[in-house]
Amino acid sequence: MLIETGIPTAEDLQSVTPPAGRLARGAVAIAECFQKIPCNPCTRACPRHAIRIEPDINETPQIDYEACTGCGACIARCPGLAIFVVDMTYSDSEALVMLAFEFLPVPEAGQLACGLDREGKELGWFPVVRVVSGGKENKTYTVSLAVPRELAMEVRNIRAGGYQNGKQNG
Amino acid sequence: MIKDTEILVIGAGPAGLAAASAAAFLGASVLICERDDAPGGQLVKQTHKFFGSEKQYAGDRGIYIGRRLTGAVRENPQIELMTNATVLGIYDDGIVTVLHDNRHLKIRPQKTIVATGAAEKFLAFPGNDLPGIYGAGAVQTLMNVAGVRPAERVLMVGAGNIGLIVTYQLLQAGVQVAGVIEAAPKIGGYLVHASKIRRAGVPILTRHTVCEAFGTDQLEGVRICRLDDQGQKIPGSEETVACDTLCLAVGLTPLTELCWQAGCEMAWIRELSGHVPIVDENLETSVPGLYAAGDVSGIEEASSAMVEGRLAGLAAAGSLGYRPEQAKEEILAARAELAELRSGPTGGKIMAGLARMREAGKTKGGVFVC
Amino acid sequence: MRIEEHPILDFDRGTQVTFYFNGKPVEGYTNETIAAALHAAGIRVLGHSPELHRPRGLFCAIGNCSSCFMTVDGEPNVRVCVTKVRDGMRVEEQHGKGVVRVD
Repeated sequence: MLIETGIPTAEDLQSVTPPAGRLARGAVAIAECFQKIPCNPCTRACPRHAIRIEPDINETPQIDYEACTGCGACIARCPGLAIFVVDMTYSDSEALVMLAFEFLPVPEAGQLACGLDREGKELGWFPVVRVVSGGKENKTYTVSLAVPRELAMEVRNIRAGGYQNGKQNG
Repeated sequence: MIKDTEILVIGAGPAGLAAASAAAFLGASVLICERDDAPGGQLVKQTHKFFGSEKQYAGDRGIYIGRRLTGAVRENPQIELMTNATVLGIYDDGIVTVLHDNRHLKIRPQKTIVATGAAEKFLAFPGNDLPGIYGAGAVQTLMNVAGVRPAERVLMVGAGNIGLIVTYQLLQAGVQVAGVIEAAPKIGGYLVHASKIRRAGVPILTRHTVCEAFGTDQLEGVRICRLDDQGQKIPGSEETVACDTLCLAVGLTPLTELCWQAGCEMAWIRELSGHVPIVDENLETSVPGLYAAGDVSGIEEASSAMVEGRLAGLAAAGSLGYRPEQAKEEILAARAELAELRSGPTGGKIMAGLARMREAGKTKGGVFVC
Repeated sequence: MRIEEHPILDFDRGTQVTFYFNGKPVEGYTNETIAAALHAAGIRVLGHSPELHRPRGLFCAIGNCSSCFMTVDGEPNVRVCVTKVRDGMRVEEQHGKGVVRVD
């Protein structure tokens, strides 16, 4: 149970996963936000107003998957670092996972980073495709990682440091 | 010499700073006494982004919210900010005494807002006095204010928001965290904070407690064990965790000494984490003209402390006759914001505590009914 | 140890000074509290309890409790968690409850 371990269950994740048809069409945001807490910066972060918290601030976010373009603007704005973007169409075999990162050192595009799951377990080394700074006060980086498609719903963090240079080694 | 002021605010944390700005906004002149050498209270070490809504600067990191509140106070000519100023006593004749830069000072305010905040709670177990057993907030101060890495390897006690947040911040400072243990069967803090540290590989063990701490001159390790459904230690479940630091994040307690001394009606309310002054809907205590805002009136979040401070500041200035219509309107808005913050499941505990506090007020001999 | 690089924070430590812990020179910075500077130098035992002489460290680091009392420039019961470092300052472990000087 999430409330005992901090790890969302398959059922929890099911409830926030976009429909397969939408995932197949390209990048889309997934809010792994399961608890009713008073918080709503994500609604303001989205340039397309695709995230709603209604009727009051304690509701969990609802993403309009049709309006969402998977731009990732919400990722660095979520105080809980709970929003991810997944693009299943990144390549023939890979998906792109965008995640929030607040540790040092920050990886560079082209390096390989060790991908971690929701328990911090290592899933392998994956190419960093893009790194975007959240800005002067925000300071949260959004890291885009190319992962094997079957791991798109598993990779949710990277290990800070130890980045390898060079091409993907699976 | 006695220094006169319209409104005295005690404490320059989120509640006190917001109170001062709100009172000055209506036109009152304000003096803030802060015991530390810098304003901001505990916001100065909150590197994480705050929850809440835009009205409470949600999404911004606590440190920047602190700077914003402090900046507003410093820029306002109606507000005087006195640091290194510890309030010592509030007396029957309305005089407040202060130790300022090692000198004794007397202040005569027309209204006083107590915004003294809270202190970290301690935990009883053998060996709990060893150096290396620190409040989680203390470790946060060392690493986020002083920039000192306070430990090599930490065991965190308590999976409330402070325990979870400080664990994450320890990782950011390059400190190893062996795990978070929590006596309750459930994680008490926000689950997004819990998931963040889990993703970084830190285990969270609910139904676990500290049996004893050991070490010769300082902490070397901790014995922990599992708890059963009744919260009793399960024999044979003990494990040893090697660590040089044990962080206690087992809750806060309101710093109410000045309220007691001023003669406020007090009540012990579990949901508000200790003895609190009984306050009315404007946060005025049973002592007329004395208000209590923020953690001192019940442990809650910094976002609600800011709104409480604003409410008390508005009410105090309004009662002095400053812009009564505007005051009334702003007071209603602040109350609505508080109600919104407390409306969800996580606000239920606070709502229950406030209801009990009001009930306690009614039964106190009818002297003070709110 | 001091944090050299931090993902969120920049530290303004002030200027470097030397103070003395039990007579031995320790490096500190003017924006640091004595407790922080001692921790940076790996010193965590700040005193011993008056009765049982058990080692004492800090607890709250914000001036609430009295766990970090030390003798500073001859003055006992100084809360070193909220007292800033000064050049040449003499910081000593306090034995017993301390004696207040009456000039």
